[in-house]
Amino acid sequence: MTALAGAWAGPLSQDFFRQAFAAGTAAAVAAGLVGSFLVLRNQVFAADALSHVAFTGGLAALALGFAARTGVFGATVAVAVLLAVLGGRARLGDVVTGVVFTWLLGLGVLFLSVFTSSKATGNGAGAVRVLFGSIFGIDSATAARTAWIAAAVVAVMLFVGRPLLFASIDPRVAEARGVPVRVLNVVFLVAAGVMVAQLVQVVGALLLLGLVATPAATAHRLTDRPWRAVGASVAIAVATVWAGLWLSYARPSLPPSSGIIAVGFVGWLAVEAGARRRVYGGGRPATGEERP
Amino acid sequence: MPPIDGWPAVLAAGPRLTWDLHRDLHQLLQYPFMRHAFVAGAVAAVMCGAIGWFAVLRGETYAAHTLAVVAFPGASGAVFLGLAPLVGYFAFAVAGAGLIAWLSPPGSGQRERHSATVGAVQAMALALGFWFVSLYRGFLSSLSGFLFGSFLAVTRGDVIVLAVTAAAALGVLAVLGRPLFFASVDARVAEAAGVPVRAVSLVYLVLLGCAVAEASQFTGVLLVLALLVVPAATASALTARPAAGVALSVAFALVTVWAGLAAAYFTDRPVGFWVTSVGFGGYVLARGSAAVRTGWGRRVVVA
Repeated sequence: MTALAGAWAGPLSQDFFRQAFAAGTAAAVAAGLVGSFLVLRNQVFAADALSHVAFTGGLAALALGFAARTGVFGATVAVAVLLAVLGGRARLGDVVTGVVFTWLLGLGVLFLSVFTSSKATGNGAGAVRVLFGSIFGIDSATAARTAWIAAAVVAVMLFVGRPLLFASIDPRVAEARGVPVRVLNVVFLVAAGVMVAQLVQVVGALLLLGLVATPAATAHRLTDRPWRAVGASVAIAVATVWAGLWLSYARPSLPPSSGIIAVGFVGWLAVEAGARRRVYGGGRPATGEERP
Repeated sequence: MPPIDGWPAVLAAGPRLTWDLHRDLHQLLQYPFMRHAFVAGAVAAVMCGAIGWFAVLRGETYAAHTLAVVAFPGASGAVFLGLAPLVGYFAFAVAGAGLIAWLSPPGSGQRERHSATVGAVQAMALALGFWFVSLYRGFLSSLSGFLFGSFLAVTRGDVIVLAVTAAAALGVLAVLGRPLFFASVDARVAEAAGVPVRAVSLVYLVLLGCAVAEASQFTGVLLVLALLVVPAATASALTARPAAGVALSVAFALVTVWAGLAAAYFTDRPVGFWVTSVGFGGYVLARGSAAVRTGWGRRVVVA
């Protein structure tokens, strides 16, 4: 225990690490929670698409002379509403997501070319910042804002949690029982959009996907019970962020996002391998029912 | 088109579109890199149109996007090691296809976990790519081209590699076509009828990886869906018949690539923007006309 405390004392005495630690933990809680529902609803691609849309929004705002943050939030929330409405009663089709997001990303490339030719920053350095972010480069105000937004997203998710779970697992039965499935679709994707918009600016689209998809995939492999999977997903996301941050502090040549994702991926592979041994050791069981 | 106020001066100095079609074509094809781009673009479009149609049928859009992103560490790793980027694209896209097929849980009831698997693989690939980029700072300057496409880099050798790969992949697809269609439409019945469903989907993902590696030469790794999925979705909105769908999809992909290249050449705006915009415009028109034909509100074709 003392060895563990000693290993953390060094990094935690540094300002930049404390801020990364605080923002990363808040991000992990929100992403683990939202990600668990995204996996359950088969909408991981939507979150991925929203993070790319944030890129277009940020560049559009920069090209038009606004603060990037305005564009990021505006674009992400608008597209979240659009995808939820287009998705309609059925769950969002991956094809529609892919078609819409590819075009929006193409628009982002246009704004990038306008922005770089007018500002002469060149080399797409701004694009790199938006796509990959840097969790070690945030100030205390950003860390605090991230924590507040994460808290708000978690509050919304907990508020709609039960009906959302029902609507995610069986939308038809939920609708028949009077659950407002369409409203929940919009609320959920907007909450996911707000989270994506903030996290993309803080940790980058790369780490965002690592926090949304990998812990939730691991958790849903560990247990079939939905609420346990949600809890496990949050716990795994937080543990991954802590381990990854420490690792990239110990090895400065490893970028923090890459470190965190590598930790999560290795953990997922281990769980996956363990689950397969269990499954195949006892003969091949019946696989789940096919979705209608 | 006339130069618009406020646009960079390079536009005025560059090629101009006139009403004389012959002169336009001459301008367009006067440089070898443009001729290479047009030939290679046609090769990639034929391959992506055919393979992409199955991607839409099977709901593998996200896998296509992910395989493209997987190609990114391949390209950056190849540059880091001093190899041709094309080698890295193919190696990583095919390896990524194998990884996704292997990690996807067996059984057709596991779509949710399939999406999560794909996302997790993509995150890891991006992490790896970013690590390579940070190891080799000089690569950063060409990063934008890798992510969003550029057609200036296509050499004669690349054209040959692309054509040979496309021919091989289309040959495999021709052999695989019927069982693949069967397995995509109803995996359970196909399995009961003796189709090796898992092997078929593995081979298909490898083909998808090859198509993605070709498309990303033009569109960049982030915009491959413009060639793989958008033309196929447009075709699927217009017809549900397989042969007509594949043919339309190939035709739309060809139009998208050529129109995108020509527009990018004449306007000095990124090729990625034009390719996606042409494709999206076609998709909106197709969905609109399908909605008009079938009557508002009644959905017959889902794409």
